[in-house]
Amino acid sequence: MSSGRSTPSTMLSPSSDSVPQRPRLSVGPISYYWPKDTVEAFYDRVAESSADIVYLGETICSKRNQVRWEDWLAIAERLADAGKEVVLSTLALLEAESELMRLRSICSQERFMVEANDLGAINLMRGRPFVVGHSVNCYNDRTLAVLARQGMRRWVLPVELTHEALAELQAARPDGVETEVFAYGRLPLAYSARCFTARARNLPKDDCRYCCIDYPDGLTLSTQDDNRFLALNGIQTQSARTVNLIGELPRMRELGVDIIRISPQSSGTDEVIALYHRVLTGEMDRAEAMADLERLMPTGSCNGYWHGAAGMEREVLAVGAA
Amino acid sequence: MELVCPAGNLPSLKAAVDNGANAVYLGFRDDTNARHFAGLNFTPAKMADGIAYARRKGVRVFVALNTFPRPGGFERWQQAVDRAAELKVDALIAADIGVLDYASTRHPDLALHLSVQTSATNYEALRFYHEHFGVRRAVLPRVLSMSQVRHVVENSPVEIEVFGFGSLCVMVEGRCILSSYATGRSPNTYGACSPASHVEWIETPQGLDTRLGGVLIQRHPKGENVGYPTLCKGTFCVDGHTYHAIEDPISLNAMELLPELAEAGVKAVKIEGRQRSPVYVAQVTRIWRQALDAFARNPGGFKPRPEWTAELGKVSEGAQTTLGAYHRPWQ
Repeated sequence: MSSGRSTPSTMLSPSSDSVPQRPRLSVGPISYYWPKDTVEAFYDRVAESSADIVYLGETICSKRNQVRWEDWLAIAERLADAGKEVVLSTLALLEAESELMRLRSICSQERFMVEANDLGAINLMRGRPFVVGHSVNCYNDRTLAVLARQGMRRWVLPVELTHEALAELQAARPDGVETEVFAYGRLPLAYSARCFTARARNLPKDDCRYCCIDYPDGLTLSTQDDNRFLALNGIQTQSARTVNLIGELPRMRELGVDIIRISPQSSGTDEVIALYHRVLTGEMDRAEAMADLERLMPTGSCNGYWHGAAGMEREVLAVGAA
Repeated sequence: MELVCPAGNLPSLKAAVDNGANAVYLGFRDDTNARHFAGLNFTPAKMADGIAYARRKGVRVFVALNTFPRPGGFERWQQAVDRAAELKVDALIAADIGVLDYASTRHPDLALHLSVQTSATNYEALRFYHEHFGVRRAVLPRVLSMSQVRHVVENSPVEIEVFGFGSLCVMVEGRCILSSYATGRSPNTYGACSPASHVEWIETPQGLDTRLGGVLIQRHPKGENVGYPTLCKGTFCVDGHTYHAIEDPISLNAMELLPELAEAGVKAVKIEGRQRSPVYVAQVTRIWRQALDAFARNPGGFKPRPEWTAELGKVSEGAQTTLGAYHRPWQ
């Protein structure tokens, strides 16, 4: 970390909101535990991709140590050199003092923007600019206004909110704040003190043997009638289905969404980025991209939350939609 | 230590007050609180009656407004805050930043407690809420080990309340949307987890299936006790094994930790169960009152009496109890 650089080249600057611009694409933090080489190779591909923004860092479990703090910073520099805006993401569930210590290092560096995934991080930012992640509950405009006064420059819509709620929040959005939508990936549904991956292997969390490294897309939990329902990712529970809002990109543009987030999976993420990019630039139609995306998902798709239904539901794209 | 007991309606409130609660917590009859169940909670008039009853016996009253208003709905939470202030409740238990901001601006004298739904698990988060909204107390999510609770209390600018007994949320409260993933309704938005409106009980040749939002949660063989299909307590298949993959049907009972909680400086212990009957409230309140009194008389020699543990076991989910996250091996 070179604190000597006074102008953070990768800090975001909210654009003038008079002209609705094409939304940018972001790659969310890797939510799984991958070997270091896999992580490095993943970001080499992201560097070459059409993603504009990359969120980096461990957000789920502080025990995961394949990629260390210095490694993350090195990856961050490489991505910045490749022209990406880099944001350092933080742990969603903070329990131990050691976790707060790591959080303090992230929040005190000034080279990169920080994504706060807990109010603890927002407290440590002390008024410096930050992004608010989807695990912080921003459900109404009064909350957005309070956080904007604290330095929030961007927020990610909580994944259970609808496009109608987003429309109202956009209408009341504070000046200088960008909006990001979690558009693609297994949905983050819950966090716990308990490690469900270790539990599945009959291991206590304190002796987990880092077994989540065996499940690069999480461990599937099925119902007793074989419905692949959830994905266990350490202390996090995700949807087994992949949320896919590519069909909603026109609506998002209409609502002035600034950033479309894609959450990494162990394979195909570069293709997902490319497909979203082609739809955003008008090179490909949504229905065609949707068909290609379905093939990349581990367990099929869902988009219910966006439409006000159960999150696991899937509303089909209207016939004839371009 | 203060004993904070649930009051889903007026009979439960009286049961808590009469059996030794130091404080009761309750909610209005709508989605502004996280126990939004049919037939439960208080109209403003009933709440006034409840407050009067509690006051006469020197018991404090906290009002829970601990859901997250969505755009267009904020006014309902605002009115609920105003009503609670008019009723001169002893504290408001809130979770949403917008609601806390409104309450602290409009009613600066109204004491604010952070609901467990705030997901504040660390003292940096507590400092934020203390500094910006003057919050005086926080209820900790059920995810911290005993030593982590101690560390939070040592560094917290606000009083700490913890859960002592009742249904166990396995996930960080306020950050669990498993329920809306299956049903469209979550504690955050609707004030209910695994809502009864989305539960189906289906008889099969083998026994009884329980489904939530159409998702099979539990398959009961004939003759087995049938529990409520709370999503995180279901039986699922992982890696070829069929088991309670998230958690067993079980309740939290932290009574044996009373000496440690008191020594750590925890100010209050909370009993879960606004959705339970007045009989449950009376029984659990009475036992915990006896335990707290026994502890006060002889802190060094405190041990939960076997009959207390047995009685609490009987009213527990699945008739079993756990120390939950307080006890690291549980994690």
